Amino acid sequence: MESFLQIQNNERLARADIPHLPFFQFRNEMLAFAKDGAQVVQFFAYEEEGSMKMLAVMRTDKLYVAGCDAPEDDKFPALTAESEKFHMFEREIGEQYGLKAEGHPWLKMVRYHKNYTGKKDVFDNDYSQDIPGNYPYFTVDGETVHEVAVGPVHAGIIEPGHFRFQCCGERVFHLEIQLGYQHRGVEKLFESVPFKRLPIIAETIAGDTTIGHNLCQAQAIESLADLKVDEGASIVRTIALEMERIANHIGDLGALSLDVAFNPPAAYFGRIRGEYLNLSQILGGNRFGRGLVRPGGVTHIMGDEQRQLLSEKLAELTPEVEHVNDLIFSAPSVMARFDDTGTVPYENAEKIGLVGYAGRACGLSYDARVSFPTECYADLPANSNARTDGDVCSRATVRREEIMHSTAIINTLLEKKVDAASYIPPEVNLAPDSFVVSVNEAWRGEVSHCILTDGNGDILRYKVKDPSFHNWTGLALSLRDTGISDFPLCNKSFNLSYCGFDI
Amino acid sequence: MESILSFCFAVLIAPLLPAVIQKVKAYFAGKQGPPLLINYYTMIKLFKKGSVYSTSTSFVFKLGPVVGFTTSIMMLLFFPMAEIAPLFSFHGDVLMLFYLMGLGRFFTIIAALDTASPFEGMGAAREAFFSTLAEMTVFGILIIFFKLTGSLSFQEFFSGDHVISLMGEYGALLLLVVAGLYVVMLTENSRVPVDDPATHLELTMIHEVMILDHSGPDLALIELGAYFKLLFYSGFLARLIDPFHSANVWINSLLFYSVVAFIYITIGVVESITARYKMDLVPKFILTPFIFVFFVTILTMGVMQ
Repeated sequence: MESFLQIQNNERLARADIPHLPFFQFRNEMLAFAKDGAQVVQFFAYEEEGSMKMLAVMRTDKLYVAGCDAPEDDKFPALTAESEKFHMFEREIGEQYGLKAEGHPWLKMVRYHKNYTGKKDVFDNDYSQDIPGNYPYFTVDGETVHEVAVGPVHAGIIEPGHFRFQCCGERVFHLEIQLGYQHRGVEKLFESVPFKRLPIIAETIAGDTTIGHNLCQAQAIESLADLKVDEGASIVRTIALEMERIANHIGDLGALSLDVAFNPPAAYFGRIRGEYLNLSQILGGNRFGRGLVRPGGVTHIMGDEQRQLLSEKLAELTPEVEHVNDLIFSAPSVMARFDDTGTVPYENAEKIGLVGYAGRACGLSYDARVSFPTECYADLPANSNARTDGDVCSRATVRREEIMHSTAIINTLLEKKVDAASYIPPEVNLAPDSFVVSVNEAWRGEVSHCILTDGNGDILRYKVKDPSFHNWTGLALSLRDTGISDFPLCNKSFNLSYCGFDI
Repeated sequence: MESILSFCFAVLIAPLLPAVIQKVKAYFAGKQGPPLLINYYTMIKLFKKGSVYSTSTSFVFKLGPVVGFTTSIMMLLFFPMAEIAPLFSFHGDVLMLFYLMGLGRFFTIIAALDTASPFEGMGAAREAFFSTLAEMTVFGILIIFFKLTGSLSFQEFFSGDHVISLMGEYGALLLLVVAGLYVVMLTENSRVPVDDPATHLELTMIHEVMILDHSGPDLALIELGAYFKLLFYSGFLARLIDPFHSANVWINSLLFYSVVAFIYITIGVVESITARYKMDLVPKFILTPFIFVFFVTILTMGVMQ
């Protein structure tokens, strides 16, 4: 920890300034750091001039960074053996760069693709075979144990993912989740396309987190290219991010209520979500926030007319939302279904580093808007959560609270009558040999993008982390010792992104 | 002749009534809902289709829908709708009919197991367990009715000297029986709060998941069987609570089917204002009416002495 360099969110650093430690010092300090309660924001490998390096960004209430050379024989003793916080990251490093975390308790593929270096595959997979390739799923033996396999093709319009339940009757011993069906190679794409395509790719990392991912991308590029964003644009970006949060929370609360066969709120929230999407359209010309945020500003100017439309519509919708929320949260049968279902205890949530509402529902108060504020968040009030039991009810309650909090934020911002400057695509020249990490609280939780540039100012490594990367493990844990018929409800209460994970 | 007409009418109207439930639910959700004739359209659509059979299934899988349909329609043959004598009736027919319904369920379950799908096996297990619990209440009710009327035939329950009706001698006791039978109806017909007929989530289903692999005419037969079964149960309830009696067959039928429609509406209301129970709470819910019925049995014993 003492060797790690403390940095700011979106702060540009010369890569030479990042502490470059010997591997074992790097490892020991990270473990000590994690033991003291720090969480991992980024931990990835990259290749520069034929040699493999690793870089980590950790957070407490501040951000810290350090790097190291990967051990020469492409193997290193796993950090996961001592702290669970690294388990997904080490699997990813193995998959992307063929560096094997030895002693990792559960070294399996993450997204199922060849590594970038052409080295021997860590998992001995033959990628011409379908998922899971050479991986035997975890099984439980016993007379009364049965296995239920769901997906990757599901009933309904959800994304592909494979779920394996090991059950005894209705009770789930273990759920194993295998994703990767939508791996598109986003990180590699970022490194190869012209700059003007970066926002377009960032917007499509996860369709429901358009603003969240695009904001990270824009802020990182702005930091590297020394672009300034005017206050008006910042306001629009903040409103857009909060609008995305409200629309998604409302949609999910409706879906939660539908999953327990309580139809009326589902129908009302289905309609109301549409209204909020329409507000996003007024704000940025697209219901899902596409094409709004660009490095250097925003493409749509919010004038007095838009401000008025937004505040009038919000004033009309807010009592409706409150009313429908009361309908859900005052129905005893719904509460009986939500309470004590799919509980993730605080200790486990801390061990696997849950983020976003899933984390806050377990009592991990981390909110990137508060800890590492970007755009207008430094001046805005934080939210607090009344219920933190880690069950479905807590996750639903946190979302309910966040809807009201976000509405208050938007109303505050609408009163600041500052127009954004009209957008002229700026010349983008990234600073050479630099590093930046960008962290934002998207609706699902912490989104982080990290960019390393090489000597020519080209992108050497672009790392994307969606909150789902942490939280899928949380879903698997929430099913332990729970009825298998509660899975859809737990799944919806987390509502994680498949494509955001698969990148 | 009246009996034949009554039977035909019951068969024809059975698919209409569940659409009433959907309408009520749509009303609560602020939607328009499907047209009232939706189930007829669905039946026509399904009967026009072919069936798809998995290569891993055997003749048992094809037998399921047929047996299920047949046993359900037999209920209507023996049940006196609207005080009109049924086509068939004999002493002890209630026992036979409830066991025939059990036979239909047995075939639905083994047809589900025949597919070897992990979902269908789970659904079958739940169905078998929950209907076993519901059966206790059903037979508790039959024991009470036998004590009250000395008969074991639907026709004799509702005609002759000891007519079972809320307006009758033991009306107050029958209130508990009605409540119990209502819960059994919700359970046996896979309604909320026991099951959710509208869900698409296989892992939470009970009845729907067992018929996932059936298609075309097979599915139509299963659906029809379900309509008949629901009509039988709500007819049974309607005969217990229907306070009106008229000498005129037409008025009687009208009143009877109004009460039946009212019962369907209450199902729609229940489904709109309650969520489903957690799976492990369902047995408690199903066993509650058994306590009612058991209590009534004790009381009738006292009354009869």
